[in-house]
Amino acid sequence: MQIKVRLFATLREGRGKELIMDLEPGLNPQLVIDLLKIKRDEVAILLVNGMDGKFDQQLIDGDTVSIFPPVGGG
Amino acid sequence: MHGYRGKILRINLSDKTWKLEKLDHTEALKYIGGRGFGSKIMFDEVDPNIDAFDPANKVIIATGPMTGTPTPAGGRYMVVTKSPLTGTIASSNSGGYWGAEMKFAGYDMIILEGKSEKPVSIFIEDDKIEFRDAGHLWGKTTIETTNELMKEAPEKAKVLCIGPAGENLSKIAAVMNDLNRAAGRSGVGAVVGSKNLKAIVIKGSSKPTVADPDALKDVVKRGRAQIKENGVTGAGLPTYGTNVLVNIINEQGVFPTRNFQETYFDKAEEVSGETMSEQFLLKRESCFACPIACGRYTKADDIETGGPEYESVWAFSAACGVSDMKSAIKANFWANEMGLDTISAGVTVATAMELYEKGIIKDDELDGLGLKFGDGDSMVEWVKKLGRRDGELASKMAEGSYRLADAYGHPDLSMTVKKQELPAYDPRGIKGQGLQYATSNRGGCHVRGYLISPEILGLPEKLDRLEIKGKPGWVKIFQDLTAFIDSCGMCLFTSFALNADDYAEMFSAVTGEKHTAEDILKAGDRIWNLERIWNLKAGIDPSQDKLPKRLMEEPIPSGPSKGHLPRLPEMLPLYYQERGWDENGIPTPEKLKELGVPS
Repeated sequence: MQIKVRLFATLREGRGKELIMDLEPGLNPQLVIDLLKIKRDEVAILLVNGMDGKFDQQLIDGDTVSIFPPVGGG
Repeated sequence: MHGYRGKILRINLSDKTWKLEKLDHTEALKYIGGRGFGSKIMFDEVDPNIDAFDPANKVIIATGPMTGTPTPAGGRYMVVTKSPLTGTIASSNSGGYWGAEMKFAGYDMIILEGKSEKPVSIFIEDDKIEFRDAGHLWGKTTIETTNELMKEAPEKAKVLCIGPAGENLSKIAAVMNDLNRAAGRSGVGAVVGSKNLKAIVIKGSSKPTVADPDALKDVVKRGRAQIKENGVTGAGLPTYGTNVLVNIINEQGVFPTRNFQETYFDKAEEVSGETMSEQFLLKRESCFACPIACGRYTKADDIETGGPEYESVWAFSAACGVSDMKSAIKANFWANEMGLDTISAGVTVATAMELYEKGIIKDDELDGLGLKFGDGDSMVEWVKKLGRRDGELASKMAEGSYRLADAYGHPDLSMTVKKQELPAYDPRGIKGQGLQYATSNRGGCHVRGYLISPEILGLPEKLDRLEIKGKPGWVKIFQDLTAFIDSCGMCLFTSFALNADDYAEMFSAVTGEKHTAEDILKAGDRIWNLERIWNLKAGIDPSQDKLPKRLMEEPIPSGPSKGHLPRLPEMLPLYYQERGWDENGIPTPEKLKELGVPS
């Protein structure tokens, strides 16, 4: 399956803004961050298709995963 | 008396006299200071039903006990008055260095009364008070005014002033200080303008004492460490500023776009905090005693300026459908120069753009400018014109979004609560924030209770933004804690890293009055109820605890939050219960007695 990963703020350093990843069906966001060498505690906000996501939720083809480090408020 | 300076400076602008009054220490502790104690003085001295521009309205410039102390980001001051925009009690809060300097000059509060016959400035150097003619400054922008005044001011003096918008009684005018810091909201600058007061220049030479310097040193050291270690205050805000929120909010489909007609902006990346840092940032800026330094200093073509922060970028980009960061920076610069609230100015232009899109505003009203969504160059020009009331349409815009839309017979196209423009989070997809908007004592506002913190950022814990369960209680606690933080003189941003216990400990060390977390939340509750009572007396009844018709009735049309509505009718009765009010939203006599609030 193909998923889109969108990275923000400092997580873009060395990784880019947006990646398309080909994964085995049924894998989850934990695997995505492992592949990108992002530690779990670097992730403050995890979204799947714009909704609060879980690290162990099963992803499906076409999903968008957005990952933010601890950032700010306004 | 520690923390407080013990003095109120009462200035009568009508006859150019002033007198010193002793601060009522008991009353100050009860209402903390700043926003809270300023509101109490309004309660005691100003008829809530007068017109905001009546000389009998007062402007209270108030610091808190922490202002000017070593507490983290303890440099805030507030402008408390009756708002010409909302008719509610107004309290607009600003950072920079002016508030601390006022404390160093020896004052907890400056109360401005009456109305000067001619434009005037006030120079304060400790106990020396001087009125000076400001005729030559009238019409000048805030930078021009500040630079002119500094030629005749003591070295390192701080300047607070209004711009042309305040002089022209624009109901969305701000009070500016330190060039680009703003007590922005609710039109407080127009009340200052109505008194023909252009500026206050201040210089002080002594610091407030603190009750327990050793205890304060310890708690401040710990608090600063918490701020440094916290991902938001220690890394996110210093690196990217508040504008890092653009992508966070947009990704979740709650980034109001084209006057809240949509909630996902496909050009968000171009105006994001990341883009600002890469292409437009010159340096970071910080306020007095602030370890965070979220302030930005940016460049767009020939303009170099403080800001813009998140709300301002949003108001001058997505809200107006503009995807050009340069235009957002320029509009922010000109809003500051005119002395305008950036949120209200941007949303008002966005309202005008929708009125034009729908054919309600006609081409022959545009003075040769454009008014289409996405036209950044014209947006910048409208901000300038609005501040000067240059032309008939610009003058209508100077009245704010609600009165603009109402003048064309379409008040429902104004995205306001209690006639104040909403900020950069769509309440349909962030339920607690929606309840907070609807119940805010100064109308549409995100910083009367920043529910974005738990609902989006996960601080202090993550709440589901689309759920309503438990939200009324969260809203109450956030509103109460915020009322305390505002009133004490610290910056609200410290609350990403500090909790109620930390504030209580700092307050106790500064003032010598032992306060617990429970005490400070109760003080916040007291302040909230006092503001509510004042508003009720001003005729702002609970039927106004609502959101604009579009947001109440039209589900989010597309994107990740598609289909959602704010569910306000389900939460509001529960919120009233949480507050101990009756089912109609009126504080009960028992509640007021418990808090010691006059009715």
